[in-house]
Amino acid sequence: MGLEQKLGDLGIVTTTLERAVGWARTRAMWPLLFGLACCAIEMMSTQASRYDLSRFGMELMRASPRQSDLMIVAGRVSRKMAPVLRQLYDQMPDPKWVIAMGDCASCGGVFNNYAIVQGVDEIVPVDVYVAGCPPRPETLIDGIMKLHEKVRQEPLKKWQ
Amino acid sequence: MLTQTPTPVNEEALKVRVEDVQLDITFEQLKRLVSPRALTGETMLMNMGPQHPSTHGVLRLLLELDGETIVNCIPDIGYLHTGIEKTAESKTYLKVIPLTDRTDYLAPMSNNMAFCGAVEKLVGIEVPLRAQYLRVILLELTRMNSHLVWLGTHALDIGAMSVFLYCMREREMILDIYEAVSGARMMSSYIRPGGLWRDVPTVFFDLVRRVLDVFPKRLIEYEKLLTKNPMWKDRTVGIGKISAQDAIAWGMTGPCLRATGVKYDVRKAYPYSSYDHFDFDIPTGTNGDVFDRYKCRMEEFNQSLKIIRQALDRLPPGPVMTSDRKVAPPPKHEIAYSMESLIHHFKLWTEGFKAPEGEVYFAVESGKGEYGVLLSGDGSSKPRRVHFRAPSFHNLQPINELARGHLLADLVAIIGSIDIVLGDVDR
Repeated sequence: MGLEQKLGDLGIVTTTLERAVGWARTRAMWPLLFGLACCAIEMMSTQASRYDLSRFGMELMRASPRQSDLMIVAGRVSRKMAPVLRQLYDQMPDPKWVIAMGDCASCGGVFNNYAIVQGVDEIVPVDVYVAGCPPRPETLIDGIMKLHEKVRQEPLKKWQ
Repeated sequence: MLTQTPTPVNEEALKVRVEDVQLDITFEQLKRLVSPRALTGETMLMNMGPQHPSTHGVLRLLLELDGETIVNCIPDIGYLHTGIEKTAESKTYLKVIPLTDRTDYLAPMSNNMAFCGAVEKLVGIEVPLRAQYLRVILLELTRMNSHLVWLGTHALDIGAMSVFLYCMREREMILDIYEAVSGARMMSSYIRPGGLWRDVPTVFFDLVRRVLDVFPKRLIEYEKLLTKNPMWKDRTVGIGKISAQDAIAWGMTGPCLRATGVKYDVRKAYPYSSYDHFDFDIPTGTNGDVFDRYKCRMEEFNQSLKIIRQALDRLPPGPVMTSDRKVAPPPKHEIAYSMESLIHHFKLWTEGFKAPEGEVYFAVESGKGEYGVLLSGDGSSKPRRVHFRAPSFHNLQPINELARGHLLADLVAIIGSIDIVLGDVDR
């Protein structure tokens, strides 16, 4: 505050490194291209014409986990898929975040049976749960905004 | 001349490679799936999927490659197995409908229709004509919805990204209609045994007219982008060919079968929901390759629009739900003064209606092919067994025949052209 007023309008903003890094991380998150079921179609709609996720610098879905920092688990995770999902999560470089999109990924949804993992948080840590079956694109965008808020407040030392 | 001595089989080295590809099968089982050349290390075993941008979900393929040429392509399914058929056995007939939405999630209304049609056949319910016509409109919109996602992703896989964005734009118009009638964008559960959940709102007609107005122009746009595009033709003509006999033998249906020249369409062969009242053609191809499948589906857009136009013009007035109170819920206002209606309402939502003992098969032509439901009732309000004859599953079966001898890059075009949805394959 004090410094900018003393120096006048020099185009300088003072902030903490933590906040600058947190802000930078939210500006270009690269989600992993990882569609599982119905929610993947709504995730596609979110990226496509009407909802246009590129407004948030997130239109670039990476097919390789090694180039992405956000995993949107879009759909139901079967017991056969669970180890694959964990492997993909392990392959992503830190810092990384997970959004559980839809009811199935959050808690099993309508499928309370032998085949479906009852919530993806049994295998990977989840940052934001997005409700809906499937969630509307607006809901997913809201979830992403919530994640951005969270990332902006994260301390630096959290990631080793 | 260079003479090659046959390489000895190195079983130990191969066993290591079996572990590399992480299949849940034994070495002996794998030996039967791959060619003998894989055993000598002459060809390469490679994984494709389950996380791959162009396998349309979580399909996994074990590829045996000779350089870039595919020798064998072995699908490994079940990564999206949801247990829908088993779960359906513990639900009342009405509560199975939301599960059917989630099998082939690109064509929810077709699945609703197949299941409700089976229940109607088992119980013996007459559906009012207005409901039948509205069903036809919605089913054709669903076909367009399914085809739009197919066209978008298929083109995206081959490298035409703008088509994907255009298709999703048009798809939103159809999703708006879904939302207007059922309240949900994708999982509609709108078609119920005996008719429809409720009558369509007035905005429905404007929305459908808008699709009818806008869509033909957009279709010309797609055709301009793709049909005569030399790059598109290079990637699709002559790729993934299958003969009519083979296609029938593998159980292929829908546009994949029609592209080989077989004029089979459930809507014509076994008409349901008064499809016989409408005039439309079945587009067929000749070669059974990726390009013919593309042409068939593009022509189906036009036929769907034709059917919708006819159904909309001839839509009769009247109820949209059968008057049989044993299956149809009574209107809300009646519950306030009629004791009997209240009892019906209570019985329907707690216990559900009972279906007689017996077994029926009912099939519809969904966007992907013949979507059938085999329903077995045991006299109670829950089905004894529900089986879905998923078109994607049967269309996926000949993938080895389709892909063999083609380049690895062509496999992407082939997977796109058979239009599979893994929710439908694995259920």
